Amino acid sequence: MAGRVLTCQIDGQDVSGLEESTILEVAREHHIRIPTLCHVPGLPEAGACRVCLVEVEGAARLLPACVTRIAEGMKVKTESERLLKYRRMTVEMLFAERNHICSVCVSNGHCDLQWLAQTLGVDHIRFPYRYPALPVDSSHARFVADHNRCVLCLRCVRVCGEIEGAHTWDVMGRGADCLVITDLAQPWGESASCTSCGKCVQVCPTGALSEKGKSAGEMAKQRRFLPYLTLMRGGNHV
Amino acid sequence: MTKRTLVIDPVTRIEGHSKITIQLDEQGRVADARFHVTQFRGFEKICENRPFHEMPALMARICGICPVSHLITSAKACDAILAVAVPKTAVHLRRILNLAQILQSHALSLFHLSSPDLLLGMDSDPLRRNLFGLAQTHPEVARDGIRLRQVGQTIIEILGGKRIHPAWVVPGGVSAPLTAEKRDQIRDLLPEGLVALNRRLDQFKELFAQFPEEVDSFAHFPSLFLGLVDDHGDLEHYNGPARVIGSGGAVVKDGFAAGAYPEYIGEINEHDSYLKSAYYKPFGYPDGIYRVGPLARLNIARRCGTPRADRELEDLRALSKGPALASFHYHQARMVEMLFCLERIEQLLNEPAILDTHVRAQAAVNAEEGIAMAEAPRGLLLHHYKVDRDGLVRWANLIIATGHNNLAMNRGVLQTAQRFVDGERLTEGALNRVEAVIRAFDPCLSCSTHAYGQMPLEVELRDVSGGLLDVRRR
Ligand code: SF4
Ligand code: SF4
Ligand code: FES
Repeated sequence: MAGRVLTCQIDGQDVSGLEESTILEVAREHHIRIPTLCHVPGLPEAGACRVCLVEVEGAARLLPACVTRIAEGMKVKTESERLLKYRRMTVEMLFAERNHICSVCVSNGHCDLQWLAQTLGVDHIRFPYRYPALPVDSSHARFVADHNRCVLCLRCVRVCGEIEGAHTWDVMGRGADCLVITDLAQPWGESASCTSCGKCVQVCPTGALSEKGKSAGEMAKQRRFLPYLTLMRGGNHV
Repeated sequence: MTKRTLVIDPVTRIEGHSKITIQLDEQGRVADARFHVTQFRGFEKICENRPFHEMPALMARICGICPVSHLITSAKACDAILAVAVPKTAVHLRRILNLAQILQSHALSLFHLSSPDLLLGMDSDPLRRNLFGLAQTHPEVARDGIRLRQVGQTIIEILGGKRIHPAWVVPGGVSAPLTAEKRDQIRDLLPEGLVALNRRLDQFKELFAQFPEEVDSFAHFPSLFLGLVDDHGDLEHYNGPARVIGSGGAVVKDGFAAGAYPEYIGEINEHDSYLKSAYYKPFGYPDGIYRVGPLARLNIARRCGTPRADRELEDLRALSKGPALASFHYHQARMVEMLFCLERIEQLLNEPAILDTHVRAQAAVNAEEGIAMAEAPRGLLLHHYKVDRDGLVRWANLIIATGHNNLAMNRGVLQTAQRFVDGERLTEGALNRVEAVIRAFDPCLSCSTHAYGQMPLEVELRDVSGGLLDVRRR
């Protein structure tokens, strides 16, 4: 199923990739770093977080690298003042949107959001915090869902639907009211579809999904299973 | 006549301002004095609906007062929710951590905060009456104080990974066992601490003797004393039960467990302070006034249980007939306890099972309520949580040392003001002594200002109709 090979430029470097590839895939194949959050190797893309924005010559808007396919002769820039500004702003808004109290969070020190903020040099949040009153669902025997820490990356939804095949997780509401839910917004512990496999917990980038009984900073995630599973099933595993 | 009301900023900071109001009567004599604190506002809200496993770390952050003691008390309340037996080694390790915290906190209180008053004089220039001034006039004292504090802090760091807020103490035990290497590191620190403390003991005992007026007037009155004791009635900082003694030394109540506290400890919210005042319930308010902390613990305990601390305890006891009623002796009590901490840590490190790797008991929610007590540097700490079946906190209550001591601090401020405030102006010396009596109790608010060694304090002098005569700010 080998497709056409296209050539393009990323940050002035001539690169090539298969026709169906995304900018992110080609960049990573050539060791060019683009920050991401909702992207997880082994899962279908969601384009949910907009952290991976890049500049494409001729395009008026910034484009998410994880869902934009390459084209012949395309010229991509992955680093610029403008991009840094937008990426920072996106991350700041994620912090301001919910209640991230890293010092007491189960994921402190193992969190993709935290790490992203560090690499982008986000040292303070310029937006007013919303402090929403969000629930913690601790009804599951083994796991806890804390919506205060959720960044709506939809990794849980994707891994549960596409890899485990249970489709326990879904999304409810729009905009600021958006929440991930289990089954028909029932307590997780009452979900009939959840197999308790724990994949969602492991792929979740933050402290939103964790193993029960973990204290501050103890929730390090294990993600190595995912590329392995997808590879075994003949999928893509960038 | 205009009635003046005090306005206390409804600040959301945990450690708030403190304010003292001194009220004069018609003859211009001190009629009343009050110490107001704003504190713990919104605490219950912060805990609400959070998984209880988060509580130790959360508690350690919520109060910058004595994070380790909050961590430990909180973890013990969580142990009660798990309803598990914490592995013995984990208990030893938590004890070491708590003792290290008491050591560093006492060193801070005595050497950094109080010794400038003691060594440079209560009437000396306030700009130089701090650790920096001390470092110039008495560099050896400042050095030993800093060293002692470092010993405690380094032990905390070795065990918990961080000086402030170690997340190592978890419900059910501790998150990682002690390694032989770390044990030896801790052991190597102790002799230096002992040497530094020994160098200062005699000097400070002589120094304390030079303050007879302060001994007499710094919260010197009969009261009950409350603290933990071990099974033999000896000094104890980690496990209950609690004992109450009267001002004559007789045991008023022996051995009440944490769970029974509502029967014995009453709390009232005085209208002019956010700090709840605690009293011994069977005696009612305000007769149930009691004190907690190092002096209370040493008044209550039969003995320390380590040789050198016990020798020093004898010296402390020789100063009073029966329990020490003068709060000025809190300073000396801190020295005895520092000695005890160093000796006891050594003993605990020598426990045969101290390197055991079974240090955490795992369980789900087995009880929907958890209550625990432990001794913080400043006195008894009590945490009480209610959780739902899923382990989310529904309700929480804390009683902290400063709350226990609040009635006594107020009475002490009044006593000191009556002795030293004269006329319609606040003199520097009077102000310092009012501040110093509070410092003798080492309440949490001084913690927020470690760096400067000064409390964010405001003292008001008001006439009989409430009119402001003088105000001084620190
Ligand atoms: S999820 Fe990450 S960013 Fe949010 S509080 Fe936890 S550690 Fe901090
Ligand atoms: S729960 Fe975790 S994985 Fe799911 S959307 Fe929220 S942050 Fe992403
Ligand atoms: S990584 Fe591309 S949108 Fe999230």
